[in-house]
Amino acid sequence: MLTAFLLLPIAGALVIALLPRDRAADARWVALIASGLAFALSILIFVRFDPDEAGYQMVDRFNWIRAGDAGFSVQYVLGVDGLSTPMVLLTGLLSVAAVLVSFNVTLRTKEYFAWLLVLETAVAGVFLSLDLIQFFLFWELELIPMYLLISIWGSGRKEYSAMKFLLYTIAGSALMLVGFLVLGFTAGTFDIAKLTASPPTEAAIPLAAIFWFIMAAFLVKLPVFPVHTWLPDAHTDAPTAVSVMLAGVLLKMGGYGILRIVLPILPQQAHDFRVLLAGIAGFSVIYGALITLRQRDLKRLVAYSSVSHMGYVLLGIAALGPVGLSGAALQMFTHGTITGLLFIMVGLVYDRAHTRQISELSGLMHRMPLIGVVMVVAGLAALGLPGLSGFVAEVTVFLGSLGPHPAATIFAVFGVVLAAGYILWTVQRVFTGPPNERWADLTDANQWWERTAMGGMLVAIFVVGIYPRVLTDVIQSGIDPIAAIVQRGG
Amino acid sequence: MSDLNFDYSLLIPEFILAGTAGVVLLADAFRRELRVSRSVLPGIAAVGALAAGATSLLFVNEHDNFASLVAVDNFTTFFRVLFAATLFVVVLGSYEFVSREIRHQGEFYAMLVLMTLGATFLAAAQELLTAYIGIELLSFSAYVAVSLQKHDPRSGEAGLKYVLLGGVASAILLYGLSLIYGSAGSTSYAEIGARLADGTEDVHLPLLLGLVMLIAGLGFKASAVPFHMWTPDAYEGAPLPVTAMLSTVSKAAAFALFLRFFSGPLLPVVDDWRWMVAVIALLTMVVGNLIAVQQHNIKRLLAYSSIGQVGFMLMAITTVSDASASALLLHMGGYLITNLAVFMAVIAFYNHTGTEEISGFRGLAETNPYLALVITAGLFSLSGMPLLAGFTTKFILFQAAADGGYLWLVSIAVVMSTVSLYYYLMVVRQMYVYEPAGQPDADSATVHDERRELRWRVSPASYVTTGALLLAIVFVGIYATPLLTAADRAVAVLFPA
Repeated sequence: MLTAFLLLPIAGALVIALLPRDRAADARWVALIASGLAFALSILIFVRFDPDEAGYQMVDRFNWIRAGDAGFSVQYVLGVDGLSTPMVLLTGLLSVAAVLVSFNVTLRTKEYFAWLLVLETAVAGVFLSLDLIQFFLFWELELIPMYLLISIWGSGRKEYSAMKFLLYTIAGSALMLVGFLVLGFTAGTFDIAKLTASPPTEAAIPLAAIFWFIMAAFLVKLPVFPVHTWLPDAHTDAPTAVSVMLAGVLLKMGGYGILRIVLPILPQQAHDFRVLLAGIAGFSVIYGALITLRQRDLKRLVAYSSVSHMGYVLLGIAALGPVGLSGAALQMFTHGTITGLLFIMVGLVYDRAHTRQISELSGLMHRMPLIGVVMVVAGLAALGLPGLSGFVAEVTVFLGSLGPHPAATIFAVFGVVLAAGYILWTVQRVFTGPPNERWADLTDANQWWERTAMGGMLVAIFVVGIYPRVLTDVIQSGIDPIAAIVQRGG
Repeated sequence: MSDLNFDYSLLIPEFILAGTAGVVLLADAFRRELRVSRSVLPGIAAVGALAAGATSLLFVNEHDNFASLVAVDNFTTFFRVLFAATLFVVVLGSYEFVSREIRHQGEFYAMLVLMTLGATFLAAAQELLTAYIGIELLSFSAYVAVSLQKHDPRSGEAGLKYVLLGGVASAILLYGLSLIYGSAGSTSYAEIGARLADGTEDVHLPLLLGLVMLIAGLGFKASAVPFHMWTPDAYEGAPLPVTAMLSTVSKAAAFALFLRFFSGPLLPVVDDWRWMVAVIALLTMVVGNLIAVQQHNIKRLLAYSSIGQVGFMLMAITTVSDASASALLLHMGGYLITNLAVFMAVIAFYNHTGTEEISGFRGLAETNPYLALVITAGLFSLSGMPLLAGFTTKFILFQAAADGGYLWLVSIAVVMSTVSLYYYLMVVRQMYVYEPAGQPDADSATVHDERRELRWRVSPASYVTTGALLLAIVFVGIYATPLLTAADRAVAVLFPA
């Protein structure tokens, strides 16, 4: 089933590639069907997942590269646990949303949708892989569609931004691969489950160095200060769907990697550096929020708010306790839905007004009430209003991290206040106020695909906000073994 | 000496190759008399390559030698098949290029065949002089072939540079071989090995000097840093098919000799040469990959990238074990397939556009998506992207080197491999991100039709070669076991259990 989830988008991409040129417009339908089926499968995976069962579930495995007679193999092994199941669901949901908001793309349609689907497969592969090499493989695979999507279909300084994204990620992943290889060759296996069960205690390179090698890639991806500078550029210049995927699932790959690989395999080092990590996290939260406050471009604003929000993820991780880690995992999911929705809304506004400058926009609520209301709801969720999903996640993070890192936590709580500031101020400037003559002919979200994308994301935000146990039970079952290892290791 | 085995049938593939070269030359010389067109020449060469490859397969699992000079075993068979297949692909894929660019076609094909012949002797040699003759046959044919694009002054310049530097390298190599002969008292691999195993205190200095010169000479042939200076110029100036041969056959042959000589006869003195090879491997991968970043010409880019690849391969020489040797053969196979795919695609591209500049690849994804796909797959495979041959083979190579205790070298190799992804992506970027030159405005109503006019197709021969190589890249990337088994069996000869 997991393999089917992984291959569906790729199959869709192949179908699109084979479409005759005069039927290029149908690419979007193929993409919608493929991502829709994948989404249905991801729901099925989520429902069939049994939180009471220990270990990985629905495992698909075969030996892939047999190296030498005495050598060990690289295997193809997919599996889900409580940590990856929500991520799979998120990937399924956001991919459909990304395809939907791209329905009006006309430039090189076939390639666009094909790359979008390849991107989905790559991200899904990262969340499903249970082998370090295979994980790395999908991690790298994601770069190609991202680079092309931003540099061809983006706007502004798109090539610069795409290249910056690429260089940051490549630099991080080179170090990560070194770390993986050292770990794997030392332990004699690349299987994440086996490495977790018996992590190497020493290697040719100090384990602390390996820790930072691997963390480098994940921190860049997350991103946190000071390696976040690629994010605003990439977001601002990417097409809407790519921003949605980037904020929604790609950033989560960083947090997921830390939870899945770094903490269980190098718990001692995580323990040694936990104060430093909490410090970076707290600083990122506040720094990101302060920078967000003074953004003049809507999309850049949402991008910087991501830096702030992903700081919470790292803060929860640095707590190294079951509550903090659950909070981090939950925050990844909720941030995916909320920021995904925010980017969709910004995209809808931009499609109509052709500007993202906050100073030029005003009173849009009069022209587009639906977009305005949804934007307000998404904004409230982002600032952590109780009853919406952001609140649950942030509170869990703070509960978990207050004990181990009181200073960083108290510092970071002010991030929530700042978030209220930048969200409400933005809504006020863009949507409320007297109607502006310049925007008199703007229409509301009137296309079915726009409404479907918005609706789907809203449902996710409300469900998790009102009844978080849907997710928390599952996440708990995935976090508990990791937390146990970390506490034993510390 | 009466027990020497003079069974000429062991050399059938070599006889076929030598005969092919002769027939091609004669057919070209007596074209009028025979009333054949020039297009028969590549046909003869291709048939010869096929026949040589096919007859090589007769000797699978053979374990014999010809007069203690030439070994016929699985290792030889592996390289015979590899080289013959490469020759076949190059001849087939470069037909269109040659008929346009090369006036002396008979010589051209004959030189390609002779290069292959020299390379197989190099891989099969069991004795230093035979190996040296193999090297010289390979090199001399290459000198001539490099300068055969007569209308392009760069070709002559490249040939001159190559012949001068190559001559110096050969002299150094020969001097090194003579010092080793002096130290060991024999030119036969087996006897050298036996002599060195007895202890080398009395001849330590000349032996060390001999090793240095041998490594320098072979390093030149394999274009390892700091003996790589000729590579970019020769690659750039040579006709494209010759560049393809240089970067595949010529390189692989040097490594075949490296493997046979260093992991056998020189094994007793492994501590004397291991560090040299490690240092050269390090320099080669770093310099090759970093300089490649700045290239604007596709041939120069591929030259430096191939230098980087040599660095990775030298790593496997450093570790001397059956696992690393088999990994090296596997990587070599994957590298040959991939590099050939890229070169065949670039040849097809050059045939149509006449440019070798990387910026000339602008918008190729629009004008010829198939070719863009082949080049992209090839470059990504070279950089070690998953699901393509380069990833699998490189991974196994790195693993073997790490197991052999060279984790630090592997770490640097990984970083360099990531650097290589950057410069390959620069080419991919030209093809996919930018619009083709001369593209009409996007606003123009006829944009669709005009774009269609910009489309062009490659010749059927190019379709066949690049398509087959593309499939091979993907096949090895997903399922490398057959090639790995062949490599295992080939190196089993070198490392008897």
